[in-house]
Amino acid sequence: MELLSSLIFMLVIAAALLGFVMLLALILVLAERKVSAYMQDRVGPRRVGPFGSLQTIADAIKLLLKEDIISLQADRKLFILAPYLVFVSSFAVFAAIPFGRNLIASDINIGILYIMAISSVVVLGIIMAGWASNSKWALLGAMRSAAQMVSYEIPLALSILSVIMLVGSLRMQDIVGAQSGGLFSAQNRWILLDNPFTFLAFFIYFISALSEVNRTPFDLPEAESELVAGFHTEYSGMRFALFFLAEYANMFAVSAIAVTLFLGGWSGILPGYTFLNGVPGFVIKVSVLVFVIMWLRWTLPRLRVDQLMSVCWKYLIPIAFFNLIGVGVWILIFD
Amino acid sequence: MTTEDMVKTSARSKTEDMLNEYIPILILTITAALFAAINLVLSHLLGPRKSSRSKLSVYESGMKPRGDARHRFSIKFYLIAMVFIIFDIEVVFLYPWALIFRQYVAAGPFILIEMLVFIGILVLGYIYVWKKGGLTWD
Repeated sequence: MELLSSLIFMLVIAAALLGFVMLLALILVLAERKVSAYMQDRVGPRRVGPFGSLQTIADAIKLLLKEDIISLQADRKLFILAPYLVFVSSFAVFAAIPFGRNLIASDINIGILYIMAISSVVVLGIIMAGWASNSKWALLGAMRSAAQMVSYEIPLALSILSVIMLVGSLRMQDIVGAQSGGLFSAQNRWILLDNPFTFLAFFIYFISALSEVNRTPFDLPEAESELVAGFHTEYSGMRFALFFLAEYANMFAVSAIAVTLFLGGWSGILPGYTFLNGVPGFVIKVSVLVFVIMWLRWTLPRLRVDQLMSVCWKYLIPIAFFNLIGVGVWILIFD
Repeated sequence: MTTEDMVKTSARSKTEDMLNEYIPILILTITAALFAAINLVLSHLLGPRKSSRSKLSVYESGMKPRGDARHRFSIKFYLIAMVFIIFDIEVVFLYPWALIFRQYVAAGPFILIEMLVFIGILVLGYIYVWKKGGLTWD
């Protein structure tokens, strides 16, 4: 009986989190369109609902009513499986992200490692989608995407290491707890400002994360002018919508991880969890980062493939290793 | 109950607690998969079904598709995959080290020197790959 009630409780939590993430993705799609519009001196969607706020819901319904097309050449089983893999793994990341003091689905002791492991499953889904489509555009897009995502995973993992060295725990709430001093205090500051090397680590993380979620300037996998739509060229209707939702959920997830690791997570800007703490503070900080990601899209042109690879392998990785040693030396000298 | 038994029991319950932490994740995953499935079924039921041969062919810029996509592709991708595996494993080895770094560094710089040697060996391989042109994409 107790088991059943706790199971139902967990189901409700899971459904609430899923609903929250879906709502978030819908809001982000609208925000992206509005931000893009204003940056290009347009007004963006404004017909459906007040200020176009219901536009994405209308789009979602439209996608739901579309025909479900699976091309005859496609590998049917893998083609169907791929969107599930991408959607589920990018949603499962949210299980270990702390939204507030008690607002975390599961505060496992390997939190950040779990997030990294589960978010790399997305690559499998993308390769699967590209290969199963049996279309040249999809295959090229998937291979590019895979090469890019695995390459940038290394500087990403290295920049996270410097946080772990400082905190000495992989648990997400411990990482937030280590930054409870806020922005200005001498002790337990935001990890971003702990020392010069962690400051650099944040930027390494952010650049790699941009690439992980295939956002401009690293949006080669879906470079419209070269590859049509990349790995999801053959997907339409609801199957496409799953990739689309996953992409926006991912964008929120990487920003949320950046905030948790470097910008104090849900703890406030001032010490003692006072000013802007808890969920509102967290959401504001994440929104700022998400806005920066959208801003970059309309500021920077897309890189070429060779530039993309040399940025990662010849610049970010050596800098990240150097940075890691720097953090070690800093801790040795100043602690 | 002897002390040894107590240690055993507590160890077991600790493992169980650790495993229990993963139940919410499992449920979350199942919920997400169900959500996706329900949407796809709904779309299947609500959407029109008027397929034709050309609608079911793959997209190739509006032309009739020629052959399929089961071709060989550039060796660069394999190179990247191999170099990635080496570096990724190195990084995974660094995680436990980073976790206990602060605890041990108080006793002296030995833990840092150890890792400098480890990274040094990796750097040799890195320079080799770079000199061989493995990191250049052209």
